Amino acid sequence: MLNFLLRRTVFMFVALFAVSVISFFIINLPKGDYVTAYIAQLQATGSLVDAEEAINLRKFYGLDRPLYIQYFKWIWQVIAEQNLGFSFEYNQPVTVVIAERLLLTVILAIATVIFIWIVAIPIGIISAVKQYSIWDYIFTFLGFIGLAIPDFMIALIMMYLFFVWFDFSPGGLFSPEYAQAAWSWGRLKDLIEHMYLPIVVLGTAGTASLIRITRANLLDELAKPYVVTARAKGLSEWKVIAKYPVRIALNPAISLTAYILPFLISGSVIVGVVLSLPTVGPMLVKALVAQDMYLGGGIILLIGFMTVIGTFISDLLLLWIDPRIRFEGE
Amino acid sequence: MNYLSRIKNRLLNKNDIPEEIEEPIIQDDVSIQIATQRQLIWRRFKRHRLGFASAIVVLLFYVLVLFADFFSTSLPVKYGAARGFMPPQGIQFFEEGHFLSVCKVNGERDMESFLMVHTQDCNVRESITLFGKGYEYKLWGLFKTERHLFGMTNPDANADEWIHIMGTDKQGRDVYSRLMHGTRVSLTIGLIGVALSIVFGIFIGSISGYYGGLIDSLLQRFIEIIRSVPTIPLYMGFSSAFPEDWTINQVYFMITIIISLFAWTDLARVIRGRFLSLRDEDFVVAARLNGASTMRVVFVHMLPSFYSHVIAQASLALPLMIITETSLSYLGLGLRPPAVSYGVLLKDAQNVQAVAHTPWLFLPGVAVIVVILALNFMGDGIRDAADPYQEV
Repeated sequence: MLNFLLRRTVFMFVALFAVSVISFFIINLPKGDYVTAYIAQLQATGSLVDAEEAINLRKFYGLDRPLYIQYFKWIWQVIAEQNLGFSFEYNQPVTVVIAERLLLTVILAIATVIFIWIVAIPIGIISAVKQYSIWDYIFTFLGFIGLAIPDFMIALIMMYLFFVWFDFSPGGLFSPEYAQAAWSWGRLKDLIEHMYLPIVVLGTAGTASLIRITRANLLDELAKPYVVTARAKGLSEWKVIAKYPVRIALNPAISLTAYILPFLISGSVIVGVVLSLPTVGPMLVKALVAQDMYLGGGIILLIGFMTVIGTFISDLLLLWIDPRIRFEGE
Repeated sequence: MNYLSRIKNRLLNKNDIPEEIEEPIIQDDVSIQIATQRQLIWRRFKRHRLGFASAIVVLLFYVLVLFADFFSTSLPVKYGAARGFMPPQGIQFFEEGHFLSVCKVNGERDMESFLMVHTQDCNVRESITLFGKGYEYKLWGLFKTERHLFGMTNPDANADEWIHIMGTDKQGRDVYSRLMHGTRVSLTIGLIGVALSIVFGIFIGSISGYYGGLIDSLLQRFIEIIRSVPTIPLYMGFSSAFPEDWTINQVYFMITIIISLFAWTDLARVIRGRFLSLRDEDFVVAARLNGASTMRVVFVHMLPSFYSHVIAQASLALPLMIITETSLSYLGLGLRPPAVSYGVLLKDAQNVQAVAHTPWLFLPGVAVIVVILALNFMGDGIRDAADPYQEV
């Protein structure tokens, strides 16, 4: 168990490092640097900056140093001071701009994972236990479609249908009166009421793949002799299925969550744009189009961190649920 | 069949199938034994009905890709303010002595709602010729021609003013012709991207699986890191850095490269797994002991034995690539107008309220769903067929 934990922890830190290097790389991709943007902003407001001042500014921010030193300076600021730089679009520090959006993104991701589990696992079990029944065929077919259609298409279609059928356009996560308000019970309730559509849209692909995996695993388990033994000994059918085979079939469901998470967060970026959610996705698109790179790079960094840490948590869950990993090497 | 022979069969692990059904299976066995692996795969694939039907759909889409200009009626950038938001228009059969003809559509702006109102005036009509002449284009950049699937019979009439079988968009551009060109761009990006990731995948997967040990575990950790990073934000980050002055072709190729940069990991894992399991097979060891070079062992002896799995995995990667390109262009971070792709076309359908009045702008979305579903089913069929010895 310690071995596993150690390996995953080391891996997590390596992955965090990789994500931060990629984010830093992206921040530095467009032509020009922080000072170029800063000077452009000053010039836009009418003040002039001469060449010498630009050089001094570059020196002040360490932009004349090699790239790897700049990286360490930047990542040190991120870790020690929670400072992700300055957004030119919003004229505010990046952390201030994205704080609430990040929270909503996390809430949405967690709610979607829970939705996927609640829907997919029972359906997967029904599909396996009643193999080749009409329900099995229906779920398999729906699963195929859910897996194949890109989630932003699902979002577009849903919005279109909502508009045509119910004559209202579902967008955002809050009603107008709560959009800018401080957190309260009313706001939370409003959020929950608005979350159904994004959760269903985001969760479709994950639900479909989890149904398929649960079904396949449970079918494998149900064919094993211990299940026959349990049934022969006269255990109730519920116990025969739920107590042992389902528990084993659930392991892949947990480890799959680790793989769903990056897709979920990637998907939430696009779905967020389509459904105009107040998550980090639409802001990321806006920042990248405007080449507001500290904001864009900062969001990519945080999304990457969230994914890596989410993967780590699902590893811990696996450790908790699967004794074979827990007692490994003992 | 009596009781005793049934027990004998049970003991020999045979199913108790009546003998008259067994007969044709035995006959079939002979042809299975002499069939090559390719024939076996083909036979199994044909039996996978959904996969086979999907393969035909995919084939049709790629015919559109090859002859996009031929199927179009007007240039995808040809606009006309008076034809904005024209609904799909029917083509009449056998009217007034013409085999195929279209009515004149008059567009007018309703000054109350400011929407374009189009009325059909069937007193004025133009006849259409199959394989008629239209705008001039170069087929595959080589042969100059004016032939199209539909052309106007009257050489003075312009097809881009008359034929709009899928309606027009805001600027009066023909949705059908744009869809043809968008199909060409989106589906070729997928193909080139898959080809690139096959190269990456075979290179890294074969090194990892062939040598094993430390190199293998390092490469596997590397792949795991790439897989644990959310890809869309990264694609977006990279593609936002394209300079404004880049030509369509430059953006096109950079996007293809970026997409395949992250998509090869699945392929590499499959190939590595195959290499690991084949590494100590007799025929590989024999080849190595006979002094074959590493390259020869890999490319002549090992790769051909599982190329079908590579094809299966690649055909499942293709729809993912198309989705990625579509998403990026939809967000305005991929291909930009005047380039046409599925994503660029769907951008027009972004505003749902507007689309409720002009539902035909959703047609590119239907095309995306059809081609993605067909590619997925085809890939599943190929994957099932890839291992012809599985059941036999």
